[in-house]
Amino acid sequence: MGLKEVLTRIVVGFATVLKTVTRRPVTIQYPEQQKPMSARFRGRHHLKRYEDGLERCIGCALCAAACPADAIYVEAGENTDEERYSPGERYAKTYEINMLRCIFCGYCEDACPTNAIVLEPIEFPTGYTRESMIYTKEMLLESPPINVPATPQRTPPGKYDRAILPFPPIDESQ
Amino acid sequence: MPVLLEATLKSVVLIFVLLTGFAYLTLTERKVLARLQARIGPNRAGPLGLLQPVADGLKLIFKESITPAGVDKPIYFLAPVLVAVPAIIVFAVIPVGKGPAFQLASEINVGALYIVGVMGVAVYGITLAGWASNNKYAALGGLRASAQVISYELGMGLSIVAVVLMASSASLADIVEAQMPGNILGWFIFRQPVAAAIFAITAMAELARAPFDLVEAEQELTAGFMTEYSGMKFALFFMGEYVKMIAVSALFATFFLGGWSGPFVDQAPILSVVYFTIKVVACLLLMIWTRATLPRMRYDRLMGFGWKVLTPVAIANVIVTAFLIALGVPGYQ
Repeated sequence: MGLKEVLTRIVVGFATVLKTVTRRPVTIQYPEQQKPMSARFRGRHHLKRYEDGLERCIGCALCAAACPADAIYVEAGENTDEERYSPGERYAKTYEINMLRCIFCGYCEDACPTNAIVLEPIEFPTGYTRESMIYTKEMLLESPPINVPATPQRTPPGKYDRAILPFPPIDESQ
Repeated sequence: MPVLLEATLKSVVLIFVLLTGFAYLTLTERKVLARLQARIGPNRAGPLGLLQPVADGLKLIFKESITPAGVDKPIYFLAPVLVAVPAIIVFAVIPVGKGPAFQLASEINVGALYIVGVMGVAVYGITLAGWASNNKYAALGGLRASAQVISYELGMGLSIVAVVLMASSASLADIVEAQMPGNILGWFIFRQPVAAAIFAITAMAELARAPFDLVEAEQELTAGFMTEYSGMKFALFFMGEYVKMIAVSALFATFFLGGWSGPFVDQAPILSVVYFTIKVVACLLLMIWTRATLPRMRYDRLMGFGWKVLTPVAIANVIVTAFLIALGVPGYQ
C-alpha cells in the first residue's frame, strides 16, 4: 500500500464518519419511546376471565406440571355458589409464577385446558428484589370487563356445574 | 504589587474558564461522539443533558476513594496532581487575545521551550501513577506512556522549532504577530504545513488519545495507569487529560492558525478572544472526530511511526525551513 492509498483511505474514513451525522440515531429514548414488539413475542403471563367476570383458571395445575423450569405454583380451593371464583368445582386459591425461573417457553399456555393463562407482549417483568419477581395471583389476574362484578361472585345454585363454560367461544388467536 | 494582583486575578479567571471548559468538553465529546456513531448521547441530566458534567462531578466526589494495599503512598497521591497541574500552567504563556489584558506571560522569550518542558513533566505523573499503583496493568500503562511520549516529544519539539525559526522568536506573542494578523495566508499552517501536520499527530500522541491511546488500551490494560485510581483522584487524571486537550488545541491555534488574529481585532480587542476560542473549539472537534474514526495503532507500529517517519521528517522540515529563511525566499524571511 503506497502513501497515496493510505492517505486516501484515511480521508475516506473521516468522510464516512462525518456522513453519519446526517443519519437518524439508531438508538431510541427507551422508556418514552419503545420499539413495537413482534405479535408473537411472549411477554408476561396474564390470567384471563370470562365475559361474566368469572376466572378461567380452575386450579388444575396442569401448567405447573408442564412447566420445564418449575416456575409455577398452584394451590386449588373449592368453589361454592356463595363464593364463586370460577365455573366448576375448584379455583386457584394461590397462583404464583417465579419470573426469575420462567423461561418464557409458553408450555403453560399450551397445557391450559381453559385458556386461562396467556403470555402477552404487553409488559415485561421487572423488579429490584428476588421477592418482587414472584408474581402472585393478584398481579397476574386481569381486571373484569367494565360493569361486571369481580370474583368471588354469588351465583344461583346449579348454574355453573361444568369447569369449562360453553360460552363465550374461546378465542384461539390469543 | 498591582502586577501580582493582576496576575493572580487573571490566573483565577483562567483556571475557572479552563475547569468549566473541561467539564463541558467531556459533555461535548460524548455528544459529538454519539452523533458520529448514530447514537443520541447523554440528554437526561437537565435540558439537552447540560447538567451532565455537574452530575458526573457530584458522583465522583461522593465515590469512595480507595487506596489499594501495597501502593507507594506519597507517589500514588502525587501522581494525579502531577498530571493535572502542568496541563493548566501551560496556559500561562498562551496569548488568549490581543493586548496585555488577555495575556498572562506570553511575552516571555522562552515560551515555546517552557511549553515543551511543562508538557514533558505531565508524563511523569502518568509513569509514576503506573509505577506506584502496584498493579501490572498500571505498570504496563505507565511504561507505554513513557516510551510513547519520549518518542513523540521529539517530533513535536522539532515541529515547534520550525515555527520558532519562522517567527525568529520563541515568545508566543511574537509567534502570533509573525503570522501577520489580518491575512489568512500568513498563518503558519499554510507556510509550514509539514510542521502543522507533525504537530497535530504528535500532540494527539502526547495526549494519549485515540488512535494513540495505548496507555489506557481498555482491551489489554483495563484502564492502564488509572486502573487503581477512584473517586476524585480519578477525576484529577480525567481533568488533566481534558485540560491538556484544550491546551494542545490552544497551542495548535497559536502556532499554526494565527492565534487570536482575525478581522476587526484592532477596533474591538474582545473579538480576538472570540476568534481564539473558535479556533480552539475547531481543533477540539477535529480531535473528537479523529477519535471516532481511527482505530488504535499497534504498539510496535506506533513506535516505528514516531522514530522512523515523524522524527526524520521533522528534522528535514527544520533543515529546509532554515535554508528557505537563509535564502530569503518570499514568505520565509
